[in-house]
Amino acid sequence: MTQAIFYVFAAIAVLSATLCILQRNPVSAALWLVSTMFSLAAIYVLLGAQFIAAIQVLVYAGAVMVLFLFVIMLLNLGHASSDMRGPSSVAAAIVIVGLLVIELAALWRYTPRRLASEVAQAPDLANPATMFAAGPLAQQEAAARGVVGGIAAPLFQVYLVPFEITSILLLAAIVGAVVLAKRKV
Amino acid sequence: MLLGPALGLSAILFSLGVAGVLLRRNAIILFMCVELMLNAVNLTFVALAQLYGASGYIMVFFVMTVAAAEAAVGLAIILAIFRHKQSVDLQNINLLQG
Repeated sequence: MTQAIFYVFAAIAVLSATLCILQRNPVSAALWLVSTMFSLAAIYVLLGAQFIAAIQVLVYAGAVMVLFLFVIMLLNLGHASSDMRGPSSVAAAIVIVGLLVIELAALWRYTPRRLASEVAQAPDLANPATMFAAGPLAQQEAAARGVVGGIAAPLFQVYLVPFEITSILLLAAIVGAVVLAKRKV
Repeated sequence: MLLGPALGLSAILFSLGVAGVLLRRNAIILFMCVELMLNAVNLTFVALAQLYGASGYIMVFFVMTVAAAEAAVGLAIILAIFRHKQSVDLQNINLLQG
């Protein structure tokens, strides 16, 4: 049952993403991208990441896409002519993307067991047993602390310094955006 | 557990994002394709996090933060270029071309 729902949302995501990159009108492209992000949120729920799914809808489908639509409408780009590249670029794109798909298609066959055995055999990793404990860890953590608690505990303990650096990044982004968008500095 | 299919889906979405970046000339649609690629990587992190614990979710957090900052700064740059050139077509933006 979960598998069937996964494939339905995966099909919606791929279809919306394809339409997003082929749409001439930037507004419809943005709306197809919103559809992709919503189906990804549904897939996150199926993968047991309910909190990430909520954040995906709030931040990506909400805030970031509203920003995109706002800029598209501010610049009045709603009725643009076709902006596809020429045939030689299209041929190059097909070759590059084809190679990429062939390369990444190997991921499809991964199962948890195969991944664990490959990680255990890798010589350079520090210590697979401590890096990647066996078994579905996320479910255990979620069972122990709840869905949000399972994320909050490592975020504010192990990853506290990166988290604080993130706030500096956001501050820099705010200042940069304001300075760039100002007419006269 | 849906590990393989989720990784495969993220591979397809990432390739579609690359295809969009290579095919389009509209700077805003280019940015949306970059967001699509970031989303595909997020899906990889979530798919592996179900096996290897919450560190993957934390990484998704950081990717989302960087994506939001990138969208804000990038769109501000596009806005400034549009004011200068009256266009967001990358063909018209060749000031740095040798």
